[in-house]
Amino acid sequence: MALISVKNLTRVFDVSKPWLNRVIERRGKALLTAVSDVDFEVAERSTYGLVGESGSGKSTIGRMLVGLLTPSGGSVEIEGVNLATETDAAKVDAVRSDIQMIFQDPFASLNPRWRVRDIVVEPVVARGGDATGLAEKLLEQVGLSALDAGKFPHEFSGGQRQRICIARALSSEPKLIVCDEPTSALDVSVQAQVLNLMSDLKDNFGLTYVLISHDLTVVQHMSDVIGVLYLGRLVEEATPEELFNNTKHPYTKMLLEAAPQMDGFGREAELPEGEIPDPINPPSGCAFHPRCPIAETICRQERPLLRQVGNARVACHLAQ
Amino acid sequence: MTELSDHKVAPKVAQKSRLRVFLDSDIYYTFRRSPIAVISTIVVTILILSAVFAPLIAPTNPFNPASLNLMNGFTPPMAPNAFTGESFILGTDDQGRDVFSTILYGMRISLFVGVAAVLFAMVLGITLGLISGYVGGWTETIIMRVADVQLTFPSILVAMLIFGIAKGITPIEYRDQMAIWVLIIAIGLSDWVQFARVVRGATLVEKRKEYVEAARLIGRKPYAIMLRHILPNVLSPVLVIATISLALAIIAEATLSFLGVGAPPTQPSLGTLIRIGQGFLFSGEWWILLFPALTLLTLALSVNLLGDWLRDALNPRLR
Amino acid sequence: MSDTVLSIRNLSVEIPTRTGVVKPVDGVSYDISAGEILGVVGESGAGKSMAGNAVIGLLNPPAHIAKGEIWLNGSRIDALKGEAMRRLRGKEIGMVFQDPLTSLNPLLSIGDQLTETMLTHLPISRAEANNRAVAALEEVGIPGAAERIDSYPHEFSGGMRQRVVIALALCAEPSLIIADEPTTALDVSVQAQIIALLKRLCRDRGTAVMLITHDMGVIAEAADRVAVMYAGRLAELGRVRDVLTQPQHPYTAGLMASTPLASAGKTRLHQIEGAMPRLDKVPDGCPFHPRCTYAESKCRAAPAPQISQDHAACWFPLMAEKVS
Repeated sequence: MALISVKNLTRVFDVSKPWLNRVIERRGKALLTAVSDVDFEVAERSTYGLVGESGSGKSTIGRMLVGLLTPSGGSVEIEGVNLATETDAAKVDAVRSDIQMIFQDPFASLNPRWRVRDIVVEPVVARGGDATGLAEKLLEQVGLSALDAGKFPHEFSGGQRQRICIARALSSEPKLIVCDEPTSALDVSVQAQVLNLMSDLKDNFGLTYVLISHDLTVVQHMSDVIGVLYLGRLVEEATPEELFNNTKHPYTKMLLEAAPQMDGFGREAELPEGEIPDPINPPSGCAFHPRCPIAETICRQERPLLRQVGNARVACHLAQ
Repeated sequence: MTELSDHKVAPKVAQKSRLRVFLDSDIYYTFRRSPIAVISTIVVTILILSAVFAPLIAPTNPFNPASLNLMNGFTPPMAPNAFTGESFILGTDDQGRDVFSTILYGMRISLFVGVAAVLFAMVLGITLGLISGYVGGWTETIIMRVADVQLTFPSILVAMLIFGIAKGITPIEYRDQMAIWVLIIAIGLSDWVQFARVVRGATLVEKRKEYVEAARLIGRKPYAIMLRHILPNVLSPVLVIATISLALAIIAEATLSFLGVGAPPTQPSLGTLIRIGQGFLFSGEWWILLFPALTLLTLALSVNLLGDWLRDALNPRLR
Repeated sequence: MSDTVLSIRNLSVEIPTRTGVVKPVDGVSYDISAGEILGVVGESGAGKSMAGNAVIGLLNPPAHIAKGEIWLNGSRIDALKGEAMRRLRGKEIGMVFQDPLTSLNPLLSIGDQLTETMLTHLPISRAEANNRAVAALEEVGIPGAAERIDSYPHEFSGGMRQRVVIALALCAEPSLIIADEPTTALDVSVQAQIIALLKRLCRDRGTAVMLITHDMGVIAEAADRVAVMYAGRLAELGRVRDVLTQPQHPYTAGLMASTPLASAGKTRLHQIEGAMPRLDKVPDGCPFHPRCTYAESKCRAAPAPQISQDHAACWFPLMAEKVS
């Protein structure tokens, strides 16, 4: 059964200048469509990887999943409950306590003036739960010492802080943890420790992860299903094996080709063309067509819909 | 900087004793290495202590008519009075009051008004700053526009305006009693803007940080986020402004009192003493003016220097 | 080997703090030849950027060079001060930083910045400088260079800005480029473009490059040789292919194995236990010994051998077959 079901999810940001500037400069409102018509489902106890470059809307989707942002269109249902429209407060509260998030910056995600103990158990205390000894237990589960509970965040390294964040996320016994670039601020060797910890916890607690990252290798290692985003749209979705061995969308191909490779000594990669377009004025038709080596007339005119091709879902007119 | 907080907002049992944490902290280290900070702290401490314990230190109670002897009037410092033979360290004023004692009691009023006014401005400014920074939208626009408008007037003018209005609406028999409180509110109201601005700015930065999002995520209410999460993190610039404001508030009080709209002669502050003293400047009784003025200068200057140092110490980037 | 452009000998950088002196760079030696790209790789706090800053004389006081020598094209530069260092920085050493905006003046058009730099350092006329500026922008792949020469930095995207920075770094024809995390702030697709550009330009001109990065993949693709740093010291130095495929230092081996790419198909990543020591708590002996699975008593007692040649700073370097 799907734990998360996302349908036609859209989010538009108003990035216009202040009202007076608009009147004086005679400009209309500027709207940025950060996420557009995204559909996917995440099965319980699986890891869904969302990968994309800047402006792909991956973080916006993550924030809508946990309810930090409300969708402009479409819906997010978690355990069958749509947090944005559900009126039954008890239901909303029940689902909310099942969702947690791990953030990118381990230096900004812990309140510097709080002791680790209070940080870790806040999700429980905020609901009026009993948190005696909970912080110590959780800290040991994420590989820190129970004695660390009395310290302040500044006494820890980046990797240790991320472990504290994970402990906090676990304290309300969630089913789903949305991880927004959990390791991109960390060094490679620390990244390995944190990713291993996340895998272990997933098995021990039966967690479901949505893993948001720009790093293909991390997503490949962790995920059961990967969704590739480009300019707010899902362009390809497949299992890692399928995605890496039988790549269908030209953008995914470009990403894979451009990513540095550990054995690519002196490799002259086939260079990607151009840069990511301005999301306020995205290209017509398929947003990728100006950079696409195989684009045809139809790509410029008609937006490709996500469709089943083999074992993958692809949004490309020419994929087969 | 974070170490400073350890002893300020520490909610639970510390691993190290708070004194130890403080002695190990960077802030204490920079403090020790700054002679200006050490000296001004010592001076401020001495002044505050002598104001607080004025009744114990002062040789006479200058406001007790029974202890006054008009014959002692205009005694120069360190010299015996021509009629009574009594001598006073800093001399006496026209009514024979010991200047040293009036300064100690006057400093009590000055410090009390200054501290109370800054506390008032701080509470008001922090509250409005937090709300406008965190809530945003129209609330923010209204609060900050009011602040902007107030900022265009010199604060002493605002204080005089408020003082005037308050005086107009208080019944005459309460005026002297109310004067101190009106003074506190007048100075406080003219001073909240900078607290509000700084807190709003810091709140805008903090509210985008992920720890605030983590709190929102678990359904914490806005007031809980503002008070428990954001407030402790915006306090260090507030501390700096509070210290510098204290110096300014003491001067503002003295100015108002000097202009005759502040502390009443029955409860003279340093400003009132200076106003009284300047009447005798040209008749040769210089000590009645000089010593209160020097005290005010020392007090304001050392508090200000302390504030300057605190700003540098808490904001390493500004150095 | 061709001519040595930069030669660092036994370089130590020290920062006095109130609890003692820390050494973010400790006894590091390496050379870079003309046309060669030396990748300097390490985790945060390993001292890789600090070494680069020491070369260009941009250490923030109280950090200072405590020991060692830096030679550029046969002359010693570690003691240069003020104006002499500034001239050298523009003329002989070009710099590319992580954030392109720190290297560009927001108030000058990019054309002005290019011509100013060239006129300061090269004996050419203004007209000539203008022509060269357009050529430089074309060379780094800015479309419509002639029209965009009067644009300001904020009118360019992040990738284009980094191209401008590269043009600026190269326009005075320096013999050494120091690129400190030049692609960390960029997207994968743009990163590939920038790395390729840097590689091509420096090969063509015979410019030596110190490429400082934390990304092993970038090193693999761009560098000729690599210097692996750990806790301020050089852990391993050698040809990229040798170091990455047959690392001799246990730290390099662990680092390589812990990347998700190297563990493809496995459920768990290889992990090096513990974390890099803080600079004020670097252990005695080999700094890596507390985390090293091969450590013996000698590693705890004696500091690892210092290296300047292609080798690992390790008492018991791994043989090829020991690496799993």
